[in-house]
Amino acid sequence: MSTTSTLAAPAPQRHEVPVEQSTRGERIAGLLQRHGALAVLGIVVVVASIRFPSFGTVGNAQGVAIQSAFLAIVALGMTFVIIGGGIDLSVGSVFALGGVLAAYGSRWGMLGALLLPLVVCGAIGLVNGLLIARARLAPFIVTLASLLGARGLLLALTDEGAQTYLIDKTSAFAKLGQGTLLGLGYPVWLALLAFAVGGLLLQRTRYGQAVFAVGGSEQAAAMMGLPVARIKIITYAASGLLAGFAGALNAARLSSGVTILGVGMELDAIAAVVIGGTLLVGGAGSVSGTLCGVLLLGVIQNVINQIGTLDSSYQSVVSGAFLIVVVVVQTYLSRSQRLR
Amino acid sequence: MTDLALPRTARLSAALPQYGVYAAVLVLLAFNAVFTDNFLTGANLRTQLIQVAPVLIVALGMAMVIGTEGVDLSVGSVMALSAAALPLYLGYGMWPAIAMALLTGVVVGAVNGLLVAVVGLQPIVATLALLVGGRGLALVLAEGRLKQIENADLLALGSDDLLGIPVVVVIAGLLSLAVGLLVSRTTYGRQLVAVGGNRAAATLAGLPVRRVLLGTYVLCAVLAALAGVLATARLTASDPSAIGNLMELSAITAVVVGGTPLNGGRIRVLGTVAGALLMQLLRATLISHNLSDSTAQMVQAVIILGAVYLARERRR
Repeated sequence: MSTTSTLAAPAPQRHEVPVEQSTRGERIAGLLQRHGALAVLGIVVVVASIRFPSFGTVGNAQGVAIQSAFLAIVALGMTFVIIGGGIDLSVGSVFALGGVLAAYGSRWGMLGALLLPLVVCGAIGLVNGLLIARARLAPFIVTLASLLGARGLLLALTDEGAQTYLIDKTSAFAKLGQGTLLGLGYPVWLALLAFAVGGLLLQRTRYGQAVFAVGGSEQAAAMMGLPVARIKIITYAASGLLAGFAGALNAARLSSGVTILGVGMELDAIAAVVIGGTLLVGGAGSVSGTLCGVLLLGVIQNVINQIGTLDSSYQSVVSGAFLIVVVVVQTYLSRSQRLR
Repeated sequence: MTDLALPRTARLSAALPQYGVYAAVLVLLAFNAVFTDNFLTGANLRTQLIQVAPVLIVALGMAMVIGTEGVDLSVGSVMALSAAALPLYLGYGMWPAIAMALLTGVVVGAVNGLLVAVVGLQPIVATLALLVGGRGLALVLAEGRLKQIENADLLALGSDDLLGIPVVVVIAGLLSLAVGLLVSRTTYGRQLVAVGGNRAAATLAGLPVRRVLLGTYVLCAVLAALAGVLATARLTASDPSAIGNLMELSAITAVVVGGTPLNGGRIRVLGTVAGALLMQLLRATLISHNLSDSTAQMVQAVIILGAVYLARERRR
């Protein structure tokens, strides 16, 4: 389809600016908007390595990687949802639910431990997608309701949160969360794999281009004959699926289905996506940016732990302040491009 | 009204989102009066009203923000900030401490408002940042600890009665009235609805769009800060780690269930009051019939979706 391929890389808000007219300043602005997170990540890592000797060690890097892996998988699904012009507030609850279901299902071996959370969490995402795309309800409200619903389901499963299902530490499923390959935990590799697949899916397939088109202008996408509703449904289902998968992996790592996880995780995921240069209005963004955003949040947390004297509450202050700075800069950069 | 020309079912579906929330409150009251023991006692109704008061106060501000086609996710964190600021200044007496607590609301609201109105951020992102950062800041202020409130004046605010009605409830009632009048009878209220209905048109009509938005976010945050003060007085302790958790969800639910559309341009204050009461009654009903917290949450989810689905019909 030649119509979709014209929608490829350039972000919709720059459509009216032909490439040959863009000045150097604009190009820098665009570059900053898309890769600002990477630049800041580099600076933070270099400064932290010089300032804290224990930061630049291999062991610490491994720790940051494994701690970021789960949020990364959740944020990947969120990236697609946000590029498609929506938002998914349910991922934190679904993440926790996925963990509990995996621990519950682990009594039937590896298959049960993976299948149960994937099916249920995928179904929650599917229902989100159906309500948003077919019943045309606001994504914000639908996923808010499933945030409550998924948490309710979790409580119902665990005897109001009193019961914690355990996973046999010697089982193959527990290995999936705890094993390492070349010094990195399996969850890290799985997250990297998910990002590679996600990146290809977004940039190189018809589905990915359609997500950009729907996020850029739903009306225009519908007029071009794109199956808008189906694309949205797939995107939300995938987001639920990924959140459930991340929850299952995390449960495998902890050897138990901890019930209190995931509260506020949707906010971290959204923050990571936005810091990574994906516009919240939809239609522009990248999965590589999201990965940088996740790592940046992980590194900030790690640095605050390194400082030691700082209360862990400072982490959310820094994350919040950071989010504001990034989004404000992003807004001005994209506005300066549009004004030309 | 063109409604009369419509067939009966269409009229019904138009009326349902408008008056459904009042009907639901009446149905729940009737159900409880018949099936729940000790429901229609003064003590029980008192408890219900006291519990709903902070949610209602926050929801009033939220209704105004949603009327501007925005949303304020930071209200729970503002409650935590105001609760954290309160004990720091109680040494100067109750009023200065409350003033400082409300000032935190003004500051957060001003930041929200500036980000939305001047910088042009989406309300979800701007207020999300303060949701994340606000609670962290509150915990830093309170050094992560729960502080017992010893000030007798403040404790009285949480436990005293005025003409047999708890002070907290009186305040919530008066604020509902004030916000209702503000929205329907003042220039600011008119401008607020106009900005929410069509911002471009409001700008072209020469309305002070930025000032209206800024004022609305400040008002919402101040109301949330006040709710934080009242909840702290009620609790007899300042607990910034727990107070106002998920309050943004409860407040948005009350507003949406009350029939205020999420796409702005319309504010239903009385509906918001009924929405807050409905959710409170629902929780009380489920609990008094020994249904668990998990069921309560799932029922709440279904009700939110149902309310939004009905509201959607009207827009067509």
